[in-house]
Amino acid sequence: MELTTFWFAVIAFLWTGYFVLEGFDFGVGMLAPVLSRSEAERKQVLGTIGPVWDGNEVWLITAVGAMFAAFPAWYAGLLSEFYLPVVLVLVGLIVRGIGLEWRGKVQHASDRAWCDAGVLVGSALPAFLWGAVFADLLRNSATAALVGGVFSLSLCVLHGAVFVALKTSGPVRSRARRAAMIAAAVAVPAAAVALSGIPAPDAAPAGWTAAPWLWACALAAVAVLAAGVALTWRGRDGWAFAATASSIVLGSAALFGALWPAPFPGLTVAEAASGPYTLGVLTWIGLIALPFVLGYQAWSYWVFRKRLVAGAS
Amino acid sequence: MDALDLARWQFGVTTVYHFLFVPLTIGLGVFVAGLQTAWHRTGKEHYLRLTKFFGKLFLINFAMGVVTGIVQEFQFGMNWSEYSVFVGDVFGAPLALEALLAFFLESTFIGLWIFGWDKLPKRIHLATIWAAVIGSNLSAYFILAANAWMKHPVGYEVVDGKARMTDLWAVLTNSTALAQVPHVIAAAFVVAGGFVLAVCGYNVLRERRADPGRAGQVRHGGTDIWRTPMRAALVMTAIAGAVVAGSGDLSAKLLHEQQPMKLAAAEGLERDTAGAPFSPVPGVEVPMLLSFLATNDPNAVIQGTEDLQTRFEKQFGPGDYRPNLPVVFWSFRVMITFGLSVAGLSVLGLWLTRKRRRDPRPPREIPAWFARVCLLALPLPTIAMIAGWLLSEIGRQPWTVQGELLTAASVSPGVSLTEVAISLAIFTALYGALALAEVVLLVRYVKAGPEPVAVTPPAPPSPRDSEDAGARLQPTLMY
Ligand code: HDD
Ligand code: HEM
Ligand code: HEM
Repeated sequence: MELTTFWFAVIAFLWTGYFVLEGFDFGVGMLAPVLSRSEAERKQVLGTIGPVWDGNEVWLITAVGAMFAAFPAWYAGLLSEFYLPVVLVLVGLIVRGIGLEWRGKVQHASDRAWCDAGVLVGSALPAFLWGAVFADLLRNSATAALVGGVFSLSLCVLHGAVFVALKTSGPVRSRARRAAMIAAAVAVPAAAVALSGIPAPDAAPAGWTAAPWLWACALAAVAVLAAGVALTWRGRDGWAFAATASSIVLGSAALFGALWPAPFPGLTVAEAASGPYTLGVLTWIGLIALPFVLGYQAWSYWVFRKRLVAGAS
Repeated sequence: MDALDLARWQFGVTTVYHFLFVPLTIGLGVFVAGLQTAWHRTGKEHYLRLTKFFGKLFLINFAMGVVTGIVQEFQFGMNWSEYSVFVGDVFGAPLALEALLAFFLESTFIGLWIFGWDKLPKRIHLATIWAAVIGSNLSAYFILAANAWMKHPVGYEVVDGKARMTDLWAVLTNSTALAQVPHVIAAAFVVAGGFVLAVCGYNVLRERRADPGRAGQVRHGGTDIWRTPMRAALVMTAIAGAVVAGSGDLSAKLLHEQQPMKLAAAEGLERDTAGAPFSPVPGVEVPMLLSFLATNDPNAVIQGTEDLQTRFEKQFGPGDYRPNLPVVFWSFRVMITFGLSVAGLSVLGLWLTRKRRRDPRPPREIPAWFARVCLLALPLPTIAMIAGWLLSEIGRQPWTVQGELLTAASVSPGVSLTEVAISLAIFTALYGALALAEVVLLVRYVKAGPEPVAVTPPAPPSPRDSEDAGARLQPTLMY
């Protein structure tokens, strides 16, 4: 494969990893107040992401860093064009990270409430805004942005609920499964609407035939999401999580497929790309390092693989 | 006031703020890892208590380092899009490598460390903090290599108005980076050592006030708990101080070759001068010292700001190529005096608390006046650190990339004054509130002191624990 194409795929891969991993983080952050009835349960819910959320967030940092290195003009265009939404994403990530890390260290219940509010708001803001930003990038319309935001927000809630159901036991688990059902009532229709707009509007409807595999991805994303809901219903938590995760992967594939070859208005991948030397050395270093990164991240999930119960507190 | 001014303010504010937490992450991380290693080796309880005590302070600070760092990663694209497009090919590479090679390591293993106390075998758990610490230091290396490239661009060529990397190795082994990395990392150890000294001094004073009779020999289970970390921090600060001075001297020599304007501004030298003097404060001059420091030759010619200005105008066209002279001049002096005074303090402290040889009496107690002086060890190196960055960044103005790209040409053309003003206001307010909260939190944990802990070493988890039985995630340090 030619290097620019390869690096576009790498960027798509990194964003996808971010959506899948921090997607459930965001969901858990938003659902924590709903799923827990006591401080012990709150710790149980947030404990499911406690050890891993920072590692998940580094997927975003790597995606953005890789864009900077491989497609400087795309990086610069995206961030300066969507200036205020990006500011709000950053504010969200700040208050969320601080909330998660400090809620166990503050002394008073009122301070803990501040931390919890930070986790809630800080999870909801980026969950909504990333969907809105990418939908707007693709369709350049406020309606599309709104739909995209609702889609990504509800998808994160659903994905997070399924994750909590997988990682906990007791009353929190049954509440999480109920929450998943409710979130699905929004997420599945929103997915259908948002993903139906996947090929850029000027391409449609001719684009449907021009890019059949995009449509296959988008359709499959909706179908797999629905299957995930059914699996949650039947109590197959592991499979349900695999399904929501796959749905995000498919949706993200459709998104980046649609962004190819012009990821930013008026800018093609070839124009945005760094030189072959830079892409070449980064490829080698990336290929050597990535297996280690994936390995130790997987190991950390393995270390914390057990379901959590609520402790007496 | 235009978008450029505000963007500069925003960069300065957010970067300096990020850098308030970074040195503690770098230096305190190693300190905590060292304490845990000592516990692992000796099994002595007080090492474990200290590990957890300083570990908590480390983590409160770590969270701030992480969340403020994310802003940095995005800022180049948001406010400095022209800069990003121009340098991305070169400058983006170390940033991407930093994320891939350092941040993943750091964030994953810090999670394992926090939550792994009773899940991992002791030895592996110890390895996780070291892995995280290696990640932090590696990240410092990559970002400083990127920053050094802005001061002394190497390994690139300009094609179609964009920098193109031709040699990654040259970028990563830039002479400027090789001087800057030890300088900044050692400075981080001075800051962290100063932090530990202040924490220990504060608690020594408090305990003495609470119980004057025991005059400093406040014992916790037979060990004066503050003595160990204080001695360790004194050693760390003294060594780091020497490295800072050595690498700083090297940096100054490189300035002479690579950024003569910054060197001239740092000394306030207006005209090209042979045997240039150095004035520690205005009015006092040590003859030929500057020439000697910059070149090892007391008679060498050092270029002055005004003569450089004339030459730069000839080379780059009309414009003002002088940075803000008083700021650069004073930050240089503040950096050196504030930073090195703490290194000096640590040498003094080592002597004051030295062991008695062949003497059965208990070790020398920490004198109250010294404990009080130790409180200064927190602000002084921090201010020195900030001054160092002001010297380095403001001294480089008007360039973002020395000799290649002006700051005025780096800013995002499409971003309006209002947008930058909004984001600057939001970040300033948020950062202010968080700073207050962090201080309150740190003070509370410093006052609480090390908690007694059960010394039963964590049992390695049995591989056959049933999955359904469930686990209680018990991070010893959080949640
Ligand atoms: C000399 C060291 C140094 C310098 C000059 C900078 N940083 Fe930093 N940064 C660190 C040393 C560091 C660190 C010690 O490694 C941190 C602090 C807390 C942490 O987790 O890592 C960190 C955190 C950190 C993070 C969060 C990582 C995470 O989530 O784990 C990002 C994205 C950045 N930084 C990016 C930057 C950028 C773009 C900078 C340039 C303007 C910058 N940093 C200056
Ligand atoms: C390691 C990374 C960097 C650090 C720690 C750093 C630190 C600083 C500091 C401390 C200041 C002075 C604050 C002020 O002027 O108000 C500053 C100023 C500035 N920096 Fe950097 N810097 C870094 C990299 C960069 C990069 C990559 C850019 C690219 C655009 C940049 C552009 C600027 C600008 C435009 C100013 C304003 C200068 C002025 O107002 O005189 N710096 N930086
Ligand atoms: C003998 C003592 C010192 C000398 C000669 C010295 C010299 C220098 C020089 C020349 C620079 C500018 C390098 C450049 O812009 O390329 C610098 C930067 C800096 N200094 Fe120092 N310094 C000394 C002590 C300290 C101390 C004690 C600290 C902090 C505790 C410190 C922190 C910094 C920092 C953070 C920077 C900015 C990063 C960099 O440019 O390397 N310095 N120093």
